[in-house]
Amino acid sequence: MMDWVNILVQGCLLGGLYGLFAIGLSLSFGIMRLVNIAHGDLIVLSAYVAMIVVEFTGLDPITGLLVILPTMFLFGYALQRGLLNFTLEGGLLPPLLVTFGISVIIQNGLLLSFGAYTHRLKLGAIETQSIVFPGDMSVGVFPLITFGVAVLSIGGLQLLFYKTALGRAFRAVSDDADTAELLGINKRHLFALAMAIAMAFTALAAVLFAIRTNFDPAAGPIRLILAFEAVIIGGLGNIWGTLIGGIVLGLAQAVGAALSPTWQILAGHLAFIVILIIRPSGLFPRTRD
Amino acid sequence: MSQVQIERGTRASRIFSMAAVIALLGLVALPWWGGPGDMRLAAEMAYYLALAMLWNLLAGYAGLVSVGQQAFIGLGAYAFFYLTSSLGVHVYGAMALAGPFAGLISIPVAFVVFRLRGHYFAIGTWVVAEIFALGASLIEELGAGSGMSLTPAIVRQVSSSRDGRETLEYWMSLGICTIIFAVVYIILRSRQGLALTAIRDSEPASGSLGVNVFRTKLFIYVATATCTGLVGSLIFLQKLRLSPEAGFSVNDWTVVVIFMVVVGGIGTIEGPIIGMLIYILLRELFADFGSLYLILMGVIAVAIMLKAPGGVWGLISERYNLHLFPISRRLMRDETAAARDKSEASDK
Repeated sequence: MMDWVNILVQGCLLGGLYGLFAIGLSLSFGIMRLVNIAHGDLIVLSAYVAMIVVEFTGLDPITGLLVILPTMFLFGYALQRGLLNFTLEGGLLPPLLVTFGISVIIQNGLLLSFGAYTHRLKLGAIETQSIVFPGDMSVGVFPLITFGVAVLSIGGLQLLFYKTALGRAFRAVSDDADTAELLGINKRHLFALAMAIAMAFTALAAVLFAIRTNFDPAAGPIRLILAFEAVIIGGLGNIWGTLIGGIVLGLAQAVGAALSPTWQILAGHLAFIVILIIRPSGLFPRTRD
Repeated sequence: MSQVQIERGTRASRIFSMAAVIALLGLVALPWWGGPGDMRLAAEMAYYLALAMLWNLLAGYAGLVSVGQQAFIGLGAYAFFYLTSSLGVHVYGAMALAGPFAGLISIPVAFVVFRLRGHYFAIGTWVVAEIFALGASLIEELGAGSGMSLTPAIVRQVSSSRDGRETLEYWMSLGICTIIFAVVYIILRSRQGLALTAIRDSEPASGSLGVNVFRTKLFIYVATATCTGLVGSLIFLQKLRLSPEAGFSVNDWTVVVIFMVVVGGIGTIEGPIIGMLIYILLRELFADFGSLYLILMGVIAVAIMLKAPGGVWGLISERYNLHLFPISRRLMRDETAAARDKSEASDK
């Protein structure tokens, strides 16, 4: 019995990380209806940026966020304004294939510059510390922090969207970009800001992920798939749904891993397919495609 | 009144089809004028061209932008390996069954992934391919994570000598590529092709005019899956070794193929041929620089999507009004009739 509680708690916490992976994807879909195929590779790119920052400044990865987050924020702004904005008119193929191209460029660029070696960010003792709860259940401190960061991030975004003028502008372009422009909103700038915020959260997720697990240039696609599954399970355009989607995925993987370690990833995919069959628009849909 | 007539072929297309037949005959004769290295490269070009044409049919015409076609390569290859190694089916029999097997599996897959639209469909198909890859790595009878190899006895069923085998496998690649090319061309010129073009241009409009959108898309999805499975069995007959990562590789069987189609010109018949040639050329030119050619391919694809969505072939055909494999019907002014009209008009 206690084993299963333990498994569910671990799955839940893992889901927090998946929810974090998915925030960037959920934002860019929710606001500009852009499905970013390069999302997973952008997570990995952020991890490499973090690695370089840590190496050059000698900071630990968490303090390094002070450099990493603004860097990726600016990168996101430039990426959207300089490239992705031009793909948004003209149907399905341009955004899909351009982000697909970016994905291949990032993957192979990293492979050429850093080789196929695996890397990891180090944070010291906290990586392995755990808290023991009554009933002999030990929960890792770091997964707990990751989960807390995910909840705080999404709470923060909720406040941004519903309590600030910028958030109102985001919701306006999301509902109807052309009408919003008539009312004096600069769509191009706003989309770029949205991507900048998405990239900052992506970088945050990347640092936590890179402390927890090894990464290499080919680690992107599976992150994209996990993030995508979280977004779809939670329901399109619903940011809390995305976190719940991540948790559902984490739970399915934890249960799968408990049955047999080789089943972990497969169990997550199967849960996704089952939810897709039962509820095609996710558990808590908000936006219509 | 000037006379007009409706034509499909053009003079260029008729001259070109003559040239294509001659080139094909030259390729059939390759074993007599080229070495084994040439044959291997030509076989690779043939199966990549087949895959590019299939993906083009799917994405460029049916609007089904799949990133999961590696699922059917892997399924076809695994079916082929299992049938020959474990059930003792003859190589050719197993190849004939591999395609239909992939096609059969694609039917339930279609019912799941068709629930997703557009971009979501793309990533959804990828998830399905991942499921098959992970599934294959769990099944002991399929060699689990380490995969399977074809035994020498099976390979000798093709031909007992190495030279004979390479020649036959090259001819098979060329033959299958030609057949798939013909299938795609015939589909596009048929009623189904007209329905497909209508769906590509506007799904709701074609639906309102009586095109059964779902059935047409399902037909194309299953047909391409079947052909992709057949190509998969052929590729891994040449490679002799199959593992889940190799068989279901998104990079080898989908990413590269998408680039060929996009760079060459999506939604055209000529595009995949040009894209395949550009890809092979880049790869051979930059063979000494690791994956640099993939980065270049990515940059070119991004630039093409932004500046010339019709691809290289789009630029050429727009500039010279060239159609080598005509699908659409065009109005042609009959020149002699027009001249007669003109003289009659001046008489009055």
